[in-house]
Amino acid sequence: MQRFTKFCVALRIFANLCETTKKMLAKRIIPCLDIKNGRTVKGVNFVDLRDAGDPVELAEIYSAEGADELVFLDISATEERRKTLVNMVRSVAEKINIPFTVGGGISSVEDVDILLNNGADKVSINSSAVKNPQLINDLAQKFGSQCVVVAIDAKQIDGQWIVHLVGGKVPTELNLFDWAVEVAERGAGEILFTSMDNDGTKNGFANEALAKLSELVNIPIIASGGAGNIQHFVDSFKKGKADAALAASVFHFKEIEIKALKQEIKKNGIEVRL
Amino acid sequence: MKIVIINYGAGNIQSIMFAIERLGFKAVLSNDPEEIKSAEKVIFPGVGEASSAMTKLRESGLDSLIPELKQPVLGICLGMQLMCNKTEEGNTEGLGIFDVDVLKFSNKVKVPQMGWNQIYDLKSDLFKGISENEFMYLVHSFYAPNCEESIATTNYDVEYASALQKDNFYGTQFHPEKSGDVGEKILGNFLKI
Repeated sequence: MQRFTKFCVALRIFANLCETTKKMLAKRIIPCLDIKNGRTVKGVNFVDLRDAGDPVELAEIYSAEGADELVFLDISATEERRKTLVNMVRSVAEKINIPFTVGGGISSVEDVDILLNNGADKVSINSSAVKNPQLINDLAQKFGSQCVVVAIDAKQIDGQWIVHLVGGKVPTELNLFDWAVEVAERGAGEILFTSMDNDGTKNGFANEALAKLSELVNIPIIASGGAGNIQHFVDSFKKGKADAALAASVFHFKEIEIKALKQEIKKNGIEVRL
Repeated sequence: MKIVIINYGAGNIQSIMFAIERLGFKAVLSNDPEEIKSAEKVIFPGVGEASSAMTKLRESGLDSLIPELKQPVLGICLGMQLMCNKTEEGNTEGLGIFDVDVLKFSNKVKVPQMGWNQIYDLKSDLFKGISENEFMYLVHSFYAPNCEESIATTNYDVEYASALQKDNFYGTQFHPEKSGDVGEKILGNFLKI
């Protein structure tokens, strides 16, 4: 009997070993850069940058540090915006060899066509998808689901997760989970979920809502809003079941370095690309 | 060296162009049969949906040209899948270069697979100097099962062929142009074949 117990223990150790060496899709770490008129905005605190406002240089640094992807969010409101953005996309694609997503003000098939043709890998749509959900279908059909990211900003009102527009200022009638199911059905390849309740708090991601999203839809979920320390990222993967975690200021202010972050995540038994 | 990227209106070609430039070469985009035939290296890209991509290939007559090419040809992502016998995506007949049928991932995993996953069991000079288990960037909902022509394996839902080779034809499910420095090295290896 004792021998049998020993055998079982050995078997379990072996099984665990197999589990940890089993190869799997890595969880992604994604820095997000806000862009205005072709320049990065909002307190980028890199002392070693020659030009702190140059998105290309910042992209190169993040890529070298081990970022798995980048998101550029264009917040400019000028008439020249599209031309400037396209030029920036082109310069980024010229220099970096990891995938990147471009979002902000994209509202038509033509917008997406020109961004993809200049080297963007994915586009992210937000308000335009709410106003015209058919756009998701059109983009998925023309370019494939793999390049269509639907960004959803939501916050809790009376215990309900309500989708908001314009950076969380304008509430809609939509419930986060219903909308997530709908965008997945319409052909989105990925959901970028930002919890407005968590955004800027540095208290961690909205893990309960994230986990529920992951259960409801069968496309990857990017967690956004609330990253303050390394444990928050670990929790977004373990508790929130997210496929990727996105953050801005903790990276820009060097509060968290990507390499160290990924090493720590790996120590927690989560697969990352090191 | 003359490198031609087949241009049939499917995919993010600019990233491949830039990656080749970073390697110190220039590529031209073309759908002209003579130009493609005269290239030393041919790259067959593709993202998007299989049946519409295949329709575009047929319209331009490239479906009969590609299997006849004698120089090294690299299919990337959907390009690789279209080089197989057929694909479950839109029940599409492929070019029949690789003797394997492309299937859809099951619902046990998130579809598409999106992100970085490891390649192992590497064969072929495409992976010269590349270590086992390097991470590559993949985005796909359909996969080629492991087969005799597999030269790399990846695990997602099942263990499948993340790269294929038959004679002068190579295919990678991953995007070497988007897979960091290691991916770029693989692309460089192809250009050296």
